[in-house]
Amino acid sequence: MPDTPGDYNAMELMVTCASRLLEDGRTVAVGTGVPCAAAMLAQRLDAPNLTVFFEAGGVAPQLPTMPISVGDSRTFYRGLMATSMCDVMETCQRGMMDYTFLGGAQIDPYGNLNSTMIGDDYAHPRVRFPGSGGANDLASLCWRTLVVTVHDPRRFVEQLDFVTTPGYLDGPGAREAAGLMPGTGPYRVITDLAILGFHDETRRMEVLSLHPGVTLEDVQQNTGFEIGAANELTGTEPPGERELQVLREDVDPHGYVIGR
Amino acid sequence: MDTLEHGSGRLFTDPSSIAARAHFQQKSRAMTDKVMSVTEAVSTLLCDGDYLAIGGFGGDRIPTAVLHEIVRQNCQDLGFAGHTSTHDFQIICAGNLTGRGQMLARVDNAYVVGLEARGMSRQARRVMESGEVEFTDWSNYTMALRFRAAAMGVPFLPAHSMLGTDTMRHSAARKIECPFTGEQLVAVPALYPDLAVVHVHESDPFGNCRIEGISVADLDVARAAKRLIISCERLITNDEIRSNPTRTAIPYYCVDAVCEVPLGSYPGNMPYEYYSDEVHIRQWLDVEEDLDEYPRFLDHHIFEVSDHQEYVRRAGGLDRLEELRRLEFMDSPQDQGS
Repeated sequence: MPDTPGDYNAMELMVTCASRLLEDGRTVAVGTGVPCAAAMLAQRLDAPNLTVFFEAGGVAPQLPTMPISVGDSRTFYRGLMATSMCDVMETCQRGMMDYTFLGGAQIDPYGNLNSTMIGDDYAHPRVRFPGSGGANDLASLCWRTLVVTVHDPRRFVEQLDFVTTPGYLDGPGAREAAGLMPGTGPYRVITDLAILGFHDETRRMEVLSLHPGVTLEDVQQNTGFEIGAANELTGTEPPGERELQVLREDVDPHGYVIGR
Repeated sequence: MDTLEHGSGRLFTDPSSIAARAHFQQKSRAMTDKVMSVTEAVSTLLCDGDYLAIGGFGGDRIPTAVLHEIVRQNCQDLGFAGHTSTHDFQIICAGNLTGRGQMLARVDNAYVVGLEARGMSRQARRVMESGEVEFTDWSNYTMALRFRAAAMGVPFLPAHSMLGTDTMRHSAARKIECPFTGEQLVAVPALYPDLAVVHVHESDPFGNCRIEGISVADLDVARAAKRLIISCERLITNDEIRSNPTRTAIPYYCVDAVCEVPLGSYPGNMPYEYYSDEVHIRQWLDVEEDLDEYPRFLDHHIFEVSDHQEYVRRAGGLDRLEELRRLEFMDSPQDQGS
């Protein structure tokens, strides 16, 4: 990871980029860590009416601090509802969840994710990871999937060892052909180097915005598949003073996510 | 209805609603006192070869005392519903590769091995990578939906999830076409566990239960289970239940045993009671890295322990209890972290 210029670190930059994608008045299903910090930051800045859901059943908590588990009591602290996993997932399935945030051990050019195993024999994995959890469901059912991950060539691979969670599968039209709901799919990938999107026609990943001090070559060297720039490649606006202040003092004062 | 695609995973339990109805026809409806010790509940209600489901969310509102007792009684050849199973799965994995036979044999897996933000359980990974456990992959929602189908008494339910992925290909789900709209859906089979264990806040002696906070999948798990052990923070009277039936989450006729276990979810979180003991959970994760120390840790915290209160004391939970309660209620701003 190259040194990040300016007075902020890579995690702060990723959380800030993620938070800017969340519009006011929308709904988002989050997990712990960066996604939760991004949602909390958005709520405290431009999206006070962003409704946050946790897959285990927590709805619209007034998060005083970061949860440790997607099902711990902070996920419904002063919330609007403490419900069930089916209720939250079915809210997504009905078409009411605008965003979700995911990660994974591997991601491919179409935004498919692997969080199940490394190896080529399913019954005897070389490394066993937790599995889908709610990731497959959320990526299948929410309108826009946002991925937050560290950028390195072992994560960004041409071929996944296991497709845990659907991106655009093997290209244009594949989601619809598989029966996934139209209009859904991966939207942005936020890394410590860049913000990536997906080409409208090829559905392959492309670079939308380079973080300060990062070149397109840096991104390409850290990506295990061929990747180009979008027609209108821009530079990422660094975190502003207000964003950093709220993030450090209010959202994550103990530095669980941002590491300060 | 046409089947368009078959997952290749093995179906570990029978989804038949006819078979389930035959079982539930025989299940007692008697409103009798079901209070018993954890030891008695496990020895009378869990058999070798059974399929087990655990309530809560891995490290939140989990029946720790019953899980420890299952490990102590060394039940063998169990199936397991890995539906965001984190610390609960980590406990059960103590029954494999530790010289006591093989407790875990089959896992329906949506999320195991990890403990969310805390990292991975080395022991759970050893068990899942050993080749001695057969597994079938699912997602969290489809596992919850499998319990819902069973609770409804139907053999399957459809969902717009898992389609097009290896998760679907390695599950035991099937892809179907909707007879009304032609939409393609995944059909997931009902899951009737032989035994489910759910930790709740309050129960009366007959098993009428109250749960505070999120229910995760437990209302369905409790109704889907052929046999059900309830552990509760507190026993309350039947009068108390009748004073506000709106709050009853699980009714007595689903329940076979009621065990009063204060701090029963420790070291997990219990909403409105105590927060998770991250110090002790970290000890579990760390000690699993050390194959010499791990058996001694299990002896000290499970095998040489007579009951849950002794475990909580040995783990340091009693000393930290005030702090865990403060963390849960977030009484003062300076205590919100750590």
